[in-house]
Amino acid sequence: MIVPAPAHPGVAPRLGLAGITKAYPTVVANDGIDLEVLPGEIHAVLGENGAGKSTLMKIVYGLVKPDAGVIHWNGVPVALTNPARARKLGIGMVFQHFSLFESLTVAQNIALALDPAEARNGLSARIEEVSARYGLPLTPDRPVHSMSVGERQRVEIVRCLLQHPRLLIMDEPTSVLAPQAIETLFATLRQLAGDGCSILYVSHKLDEIRTLCHRATVLREGRVTGTCDPRQESSSSLARMMIGSDLPHPRHRAPHVTGAALLRVQGLSLPSRDPFGTSLHDINLDVHGGEIVGIAGIAGNGQRELLAVLSGERRVAVAATIRLCGMAVGHLDAGARRERGLAFIPEERLGRGAVPDMSLAENALLTAWRRGLVRRGFVDRAAAGRYAASVIDEYHVRAAGPEVDAGSLSGGNLQKFIVGRELRQHPNVLIAAQPTWGVDVGASASIRQTLLDLRDSGVAVLVLSEELDELFEIADRIAVIAQGRLSAAYPASATSAEAMGLLMSRALIAPDATTIPHSSAAGASGA
Amino acid sequence: MDHVAGLLVLTLAAGTPLVYAALGELIVEKAGVLNLGVEGMMLVGAVAAFIMAARTGNAWLGILAGMAGGAALAAVFAVLTLSLLANQVAAGLALSLFGIGLSAFVGLPYVNVVIDGIRPITIAGISDLPYIGKLLFGHNPLVYLSIAQFAAVHWFLYGTRAGLIVRAVGESPQSAHAIGYPVIRIRYLAVLFGGACAGLAGAYLAVAYTPLWAEGMTAGRGWIALALVVFATWKPWRVVAGAYLFGGLTLAQFQAQASGAAIAPQLLSMLPYLATVIVLALISRDAVMIRQNAPASLGKPYHPEH
Amino acid sequence: MRLVLEPRQEPSRSAGLLSPLLAVAATLLLGFVLFSALDKDPWQALQVFFVQPVATEYGVGELLLKAGPLMLCAIGLAIGYRANVWNIGAEGQLTIGGIAAGGLALVFTDSPAPWLLPAMIVAGALGGMAWAAIPAWLRTRFNANEILTSLMLVYVATYLLSFLVHGPWRDPEGFNFPQSKMFAENALLPNIFPGTRLNAGFLVALAAVATGWLFMARSLAGFQMRVAGLAPAAADYAGISTRRTVWLSMLAGGLCAGIAGMNEAAGPLGQLQPTLSPGYGFAAIIVAFVGRLHAVGILLASLLMSLLYLGGEAAQVTLALPAAVTGLFQGTLLFFLLAADVFIHYRVRMIRSTSGFTVPEA
Repeated sequence: MIVPAPAHPGVAPRLGLAGITKAYPTVVANDGIDLEVLPGEIHAVLGENGAGKSTLMKIVYGLVKPDAGVIHWNGVPVALTNPARARKLGIGMVFQHFSLFESLTVAQNIALALDPAEARNGLSARIEEVSARYGLPLTPDRPVHSMSVGERQRVEIVRCLLQHPRLLIMDEPTSVLAPQAIETLFATLRQLAGDGCSILYVSHKLDEIRTLCHRATVLREGRVTGTCDPRQESSSSLARMMIGSDLPHPRHRAPHVTGAALLRVQGLSLPSRDPFGTSLHDINLDVHGGEIVGIAGIAGNGQRELLAVLSGERRVAVAATIRLCGMAVGHLDAGARRERGLAFIPEERLGRGAVPDMSLAENALLTAWRRGLVRRGFVDRAAAGRYAASVIDEYHVRAAGPEVDAGSLSGGNLQKFIVGRELRQHPNVLIAAQPTWGVDVGASASIRQTLLDLRDSGVAVLVLSEELDELFEIADRIAVIAQGRLSAAYPASATSAEAMGLLMSRALIAPDATTIPHSSAAGASGA
Repeated sequence: MDHVAGLLVLTLAAGTPLVYAALGELIVEKAGVLNLGVEGMMLVGAVAAFIMAARTGNAWLGILAGMAGGAALAAVFAVLTLSLLANQVAAGLALSLFGIGLSAFVGLPYVNVVIDGIRPITIAGISDLPYIGKLLFGHNPLVYLSIAQFAAVHWFLYGTRAGLIVRAVGESPQSAHAIGYPVIRIRYLAVLFGGACAGLAGAYLAVAYTPLWAEGMTAGRGWIALALVVFATWKPWRVVAGAYLFGGLTLAQFQAQASGAAIAPQLLSMLPYLATVIVLALISRDAVMIRQNAPASLGKPYHPEH
Repeated sequence: MRLVLEPRQEPSRSAGLLSPLLAVAATLLLGFVLFSALDKDPWQALQVFFVQPVATEYGVGELLLKAGPLMLCAIGLAIGYRANVWNIGAEGQLTIGGIAAGGLALVFTDSPAPWLLPAMIVAGALGGMAWAAIPAWLRTRFNANEILTSLMLVYVATYLLSFLVHGPWRDPEGFNFPQSKMFAENALLPNIFPGTRLNAGFLVALAAVATGWLFMARSLAGFQMRVAGLAPAAADYAGISTRRTVWLSMLAGGLCAGIAGMNEAAGPLGQLQPTLSPGYGFAAIIVAFVGRLHAVGILLASLLMSLLYLGGEAAQVTLALPAAVTGLFQGTLLFFLLAADVFIHYRVRMIRSTSGFTVPEA
């Protein structure tokens, strides 16, 4: 299974980084980083969120200019001033958030990335040839907006491959894939490496790196903390290099469900408003007090639409479709649902969960103004400041005080602030979307622990996450959303990542299945 | 029958400035930039064209000056929004207000000046043919040029790689940058093209359609051109159809007056503006269609380094 | 060596205050160059433009008289602009406000009712709000862009006023001039500064600015509108209704502009004429921006813009310059402001081109 690292004594490394440094106003993202990638090597760049992996990759791809340091390409120093130059050298990058044009077709997307001459000569045939060779099936004249996230990733990879890259950067490529699809991707990457292409594989998932990569460079707080052969390491030794200690595991007591469902969704179907969005089909869901229900799924399968309906950002005509503590609330807006005990932590922290250009005190006001922060229509600024200060204090938010702008906080600290702001309102039901996305390990652990404590206090908690590991860590029951349909929720202890993965990759989910289906449900129409 | 043909000729003549300005703005918006300064660029184009024509006696030089004037004003907008990242709505409004002031200021000495404008082509014998003659061969050369502009814009957007790149930049500047396109440079070119087109539209008014210079002579056509782009859901052929529709509407008042209708001229003059409002509302109500057709990054500032 | 823009960690408040001053300075500099180019003595020209108009008590009265409608319109617009609702049709709302108030005055030309003046203010406000309600309704009901609809309605309002004073409302004893009868004495705003034309409308404007500040800076609704402007997704998230934001924005703009129209009709004009304002509704857009969408800033900016109007008139008389130079200066001021605003969010840094790299051509 494991391909030995190709040894090329005396051969110059394909890529050599020496002393790469990049500072931003708040943080030094890269601090004197050295790194070498050999021809045909799959080289992992490992580090937790905020360790500086993405910045480093953007530097290699010419998107970000380093403040200091030298980049060698096949032994020759080069200036990577923009992506065009990087691509000319043979560096390709598959982004975590893809760089595709939704309104254009696969072929147009690929043609745009190629030289004009190359783009003209039988492009469709070459797309099909490359996708066949590497097991990445594609239809050239399909518009990208109609494709799933996994398919889009294939477009990105094929687009890179058509440029004959000598170095391929993959930024967290598995975050958009079901477990089974990950194996297929790995096979493709191994085949590529076998053909002599170097691969820089960016991830924070230890198991993946141990399975796939020949070498790993570990980053922590912008510095290299070690280089190793991940195949010789254990997950915990890698974790220690990555965060300096063992991975924290939250205390997880058995749930004590309090009976009635505090959040209940019945027969929710809703066409998408966004032409490129996902419609919801007959969604049923119960979340009881004292339990955490997780919804797993690959991005773009209706999570955004479901959350908008649950939070009240989008309302439905039939009020009884959504019940909050027994009350029909489908017709109510987000504010009215909050008054009835709902709290919501959105995935986008800046611009949705918080206003970046406003102070923390004002951001407290955003959702918590009902808690005595407003008198006769006028803002009680002192009370808003006190509210923000107590959130900062109780949830250990690293911030100078209530008057600093939300935009100046790090992702983890802002998330802790938002979580605290919502929880201080004592909700009966909490919905959290990707609560630890982009958050460092310490903050992630504290946020997960907060959610578990909340559950134990009798609150109904619904967590949507693209990270299965996270759901298995905190959720009592897990359901899967795929193409706008929600599966039944299965007890976390009685199911497995593989079973959930099957549900994710399955186009159709029998909504009333009580056991995990083994064959695809017939009858209903998909696509 | 000849009366109808004559009306159609007038309609095309009245719609032509809208074709120029709106097709120019279409390219700008396809690249993701919203320039609300069309009215100002048209006025500056008009005054530049008129002054050049009056000074040199050559109306065609005036046309070139008008394009240069519009492009120069567009360049100011481009620097503000693309390099200095100013709010596009505010900068566009500023452009319009500035263009109105600037054109009134420099055009004042020319208010009662008479020039020899660009006249319709008449080909002896052919243009006098009944019906067809006038309809095909009786227009101002700039009317033909506007049709050529439409063909060129359509071909550019849907038939060339450069057009594909412009559409890609308008949809996602981040992605376009990530695969190596100079987004800011492309947007600069689009904005300058839009400015030249708006300038040409103004120049047409000042040296061919009327021809004279009067303060604020574009009378809101720049704003109507902006509405036309939305009305056309960013499709060139619909821009042209809409432009002639509005051209016909501006004629309605003269026709009504000529036929002795007992409606006050001021009320008839409201028609194009009211029609713009109504049509805009009818088109915009289909939010899904607008979102599907509008360039996704329209009006959003973009800077490659963040 | 090249200059790059580097984002600041937090927007600079001092740059926010400095940038209008910088813009004014740059505009003055441009005026200096312009006057020189026109063979006028630039120092004298600047003196004529910016000092002479306010050298007398009467001049100060004129300054405040013109500043009134500017600050009124601007404070109303600023509320909307903060919420990302772009009402650019204040000129039309002003016109309809004038028509509504003037119409009421014309009905009661012969009855000395004491309530007439307050009723005219209400009528002006309602007229402006009604006109602004059209774009608000079209936006919330049909998703139509309020920038374009509000602007189109300026033309419609202007033609409507023109129709009225040319037709049904024309003064039969007015020698066929397109203007209405003069209003009765009790339909005119009382003078508050003897020796000038300054009237009580200025006090109304000041009150509006103060109320606008209270609303935007201290009320929950004002806070929520600022959220809608800064982060629309956060507004949705917090349950702040877009519909309400649009309506409040447009109505606030219409209300203030309508009162400004009433002030013009019942103030310096005393009757309805085809043109109620020399573009106050448009100039107010510049006032709102130069004033940083903030009440105090708007107060100062409206004085500056008023001075530009007076300066333009003075330049016309004394220097034989076209009055259009006012519009030129107004537009330039806004340009310079937008350019200077870049320093609020960015700092300019000079970087040396990185040496030591060879650049291979692939």
